[in-house]
Amino acid sequence: MSASPTSTLVAPVRERTKLTSRRWFVFVGGALIPVAILATWQFVSTNGIVPVSQLPSPEMVWTAMIDLMQRGIFWHHIAISTQRVVIGFSIGAALGLLVGAIVGLSKLGDILLSPTLGALRAVPSLAWLPLLILWLKLGEESKITLIVIGSFFPVYTVVAGALRHVDRQLVEAGRAFGLDGVRLFTTVQLPAVIPATVSGLRLGLAQAWLFLVAAELLGASMGLGFLLTDSTNTGRLDRTFLAIVLLAVVGKLSDSLVGIFERWAVRRWA
Amino acid sequence: MTAASATARASSSSTPGTPAAGAQASGTVSSGAAPAGATAAAAPVSLRGIGRAFASQSGARQVLRDIDLEIAAGEIVAILGPSGCGKSTLLRIAGGLDQPTQGTALIDGEAVRPFDPRSAVGFQEPRLLPWRTIENNVALGLPRGTAKAAGREQVARLLDLVGLADFAGHRPREVSGGMAQRTSLARALARNPAVLLLDEPFGALDALTRLKMQDLLLDVHAAEPATVLLVTHDVDEALQLADRVILLGHEGDTPGAVVTQTIVVPGHRPRDRGSAELAELRGRLLDGLGIDRHGSARGIETTTTIPHYPY
Ligand SMILES: Nc1ncnc2c1ncn2[C@@H]1O[C@H](COP(=O)(O)OP(=O)(O)OP(=O)(O)O)[C@@H](O)[C@H]1O
Ligand SMILES: [Mg+2]
Repeated sequence: MSASPTSTLVAPVRERTKLTSRRWFVFVGGALIPVAILATWQFVSTNGIVPVSQLPSPEMVWTAMIDLMQRGIFWHHIAISTQRVVIGFSIGAALGLLVGAIVGLSKLGDILLSPTLGALRAVPSLAWLPLLILWLKLGEESKITLIVIGSFFPVYTVVAGALRHVDRQLVEAGRAFGLDGVRLFTTVQLPAVIPATVSGLRLGLAQAWLFLVAAELLGASMGLGFLLTDSTNTGRLDRTFLAIVLLAVVGKLSDSLVGIFERWAVRRWA
Repeated sequence: MTAASATARASSSSTPGTPAAGAQASGTVSSGAAPAGATAAAAPVSLRGIGRAFASQSGARQVLRDIDLEIAAGEIVAILGPSGCGKSTLLRIAGGLDQPTQGTALIDGEAVRPFDPRSAVGFQEPRLLPWRTIENNVALGLPRGTAKAAGREQVARLLDLVGLADFAGHRPREVSGGMAQRTSLARALARNPAVLLLDEPFGALDALTRLKMQDLLLDVHAAEPATVLLVTHDVDEALQLADRVILLGHEGDTPGAVVTQTIVVPGHRPRDRGSAELAELRGRLLDGLGIDRHGSARGIETTTTIPHYPY
């Protein structure tokens, strides 16, 4: 009771937090396996168990990074890739939201669009490459278009599905209280699908990074995907490893950002 | 159709409910808090030959048939009946949430429109928007075009009435089932409708709160009279609240529930919960529901002093 001077009669409620919900434990627990992998990698590559020509040591990868930094192109690779992902994802996610809303809300839209979109979704990313290069040449447009395609489908699929399954009883209650059209959408359906939509955005962003590598396979002179293929072609295995690690780290970072947003959205809307 | 609506209008003007109700409303405290332009006078409800069949694998399944019911403006009618007999379905038809397969439903002599704005529904389930606070859920019921300040005042008043003033800022998942149901009732009341349709509004409440809420409903009805259709499982509640009690049930082997009994409850509200008259009607209703009252075994007389409706 005496703990806080401002408290009234009610003692502050302090629930004992479980070990698994303490911040430091979550952090350490999540870092455990990456550290173990790094240690194994170091051990295996320096003791000659696997030849360096097949597995460069962590130190060599580090040196490759410093080397790229000194040449001033390290950040360029990351920046250009991030830019492509941001632009492509923004367009793809916006289209996914729009088309997902049409298919999820309108029976007619569903009948007309969903078979075609379902078929297009089944086409793997690499299959689009030759067509895009033929039509849009090797510039930025073809790369960004591929990323748009990649991020569109997860967002579209999740949004359409969520809208189709909004609690019928809530929608009926909304109608009974005089809502329809846009007002019904903004009052009942949109808030109901916000958590699912943010999850869809998260999936779309992950897919955008996957499609980035495919987009940079051909005709790029910069970017993480280019670094990956170019260094493999020129036998710079250390840079290949560097590119893989960077893709993992940058992808995870952007995912974490959306993850924070997602947690907020679930708390606010679910 | 024209003939039908003409009779409805004629019957509504002949009922004493309408003018009396209007006079009552203007003299009460709450009429000041009522949103301007939204105060709807109670309207009569007519159900004519209502039947409802649902499609099922084995063809159509008749749930309701031949329901004829004339409800005067401002009247409170309780609908009793065993579970699954179609009480909610009848209520939904009256509110335009469902269409009958036979017959017509009218409010104030006009056919009920889909999601009719003249009625407000208190659903059997609370159906609150989980992302809105209790307060904002109640505000959803306010009629379109209510001024912001007046709306806030009205919501605060209703929350106070249903005893949830302290929970205005809570989310539905943070309150109990009974509190959610009271919120749902407040939301329906916020509409200030001509016809109030309540589907077991007190089902999730403990006995004490239930009695309080019954009295509350009567207070609100006295202040802002609406025609009330009230579905309930509770015979005592029906007798306490209603002018008339309708018993739905099955007759013979014909599928589809009909009105098996209509009981006009004597006396004025609020009624003495312990009166002998009510006790007898209670026995008759329980009988109609097929429940043994375990009365005659103790030598209690079961003679009827109150004649069956129609008198
Ligand atoms: N949308 C629907 N589709 C098919 N059948 C339905 C539908 N709605 C209701 N029914 C059927 O109609 C019958 C009556 O349902 P209703 O909900 O009106 O019962 P009720 O009297 O309100 O029961 P309870 O007291 O348990 O709430 C039930 O047998 C139910 O299966
Ligand atoms: Mg029901």
